Amino acid sequence: MAINPELTGRNYPAGGTYVVGREKIREFALAVKATHPAHFDVSAAQELGYADVVAPPTFAIIVAQRADAKLIEDPDSGIDFSRVVHAEQRFTHHRPIVAGDVLKAALTVDSVRAMGGGAMITTRAEISTEAGVAVATTTSMILVRGEDQ
Amino acid sequence: MAIELESLEKGATIGVRSIPVTRADLVQYAGASGDFNPIHWNEDFAMSVDLPGVIAHGMFTMGAAVQLVTDWAGDPTAIIDYQTRFTKPVPVANSFDVPGAEIEVSGVVGAIDAENSTVRVDLTVVAGGVKVLAKAQAVVRLK
Repeated sequence: MAINPELTGRNYPAGGTYVVGREKIREFALAVKATHPAHFDVSAAQELGYADVVAPPTFAIIVAQRADAKLIEDPDSGIDFSRVVHAEQRFTHHRPIVAGDVLKAALTVDSVRAMGGGAMITTRAEISTEAGVAVATTTSMILVRGEDQ
Repeated sequence: MAIELESLEKGATIGVRSIPVTRADLVQYAGASGDFNPIHWNEDFAMSVDLPGVIAHGMFTMGAAVQLVTDWAGDPTAIIDYQTRFTKPVPVANSFDVPGAEIEVSGVVGAIDAENSTVRVDLTVVAGGVKVLAKAQAVVRLK
């Protein structure tokens, strides 16, 4: 199935919320071999001026990829997940993610570019608090390989 | 933060770091991130989609590489922007107790923005002699 060229501009509003757990931040920090004490120790985070442990710079990928899943799982998108390759990623932090945050992510498909039998798709997740305060903007470019790629 | 804008020079090194990677690290990252794509833990599946074998998550490499910048900045929340392109896969060999891959990270001051008090750090990330990330750039806000 070909990628739907009319995906560009499509929005997937925030569904549920993501509650940032202290142990999840510690688990993710260990997994990316992050060692700063502010990821693990509440008092070290408080010394930097935060209420609780702070997330490593790429933690928002968890929230962003949950938002991306809405597009990938949309039967109308034509995306075969087994043919998806991550091509580019960017995080712009408006403020740090801290344990206890309740986040939501609204996804927009910024562009779809046909490439051979496949496509390059750029998505943007606007991550905010439940109250709508901007936390991070993430953009991902994925390559969906065609049958011959 | 100890870094002062005036003392920085474009092109100056911020350091180097070597990251040993095992398949256990990839399983750990899969669990922590929720990305369970089998190309990161199943050899047969990875080969069936024309990969050389199990490869690291691009996001594992991106996430681990930035620690060099965190160490330099002294504060992970000073990294206000971080981007990369994933150009080549990082194959991780089936090994036990010894690394299945080694990721080498080095960073230099790429640009200094005195007006906004930010510094762009450009990272070079290599595995097996091959550059695996391109345009890996982190923007650090100095206090």
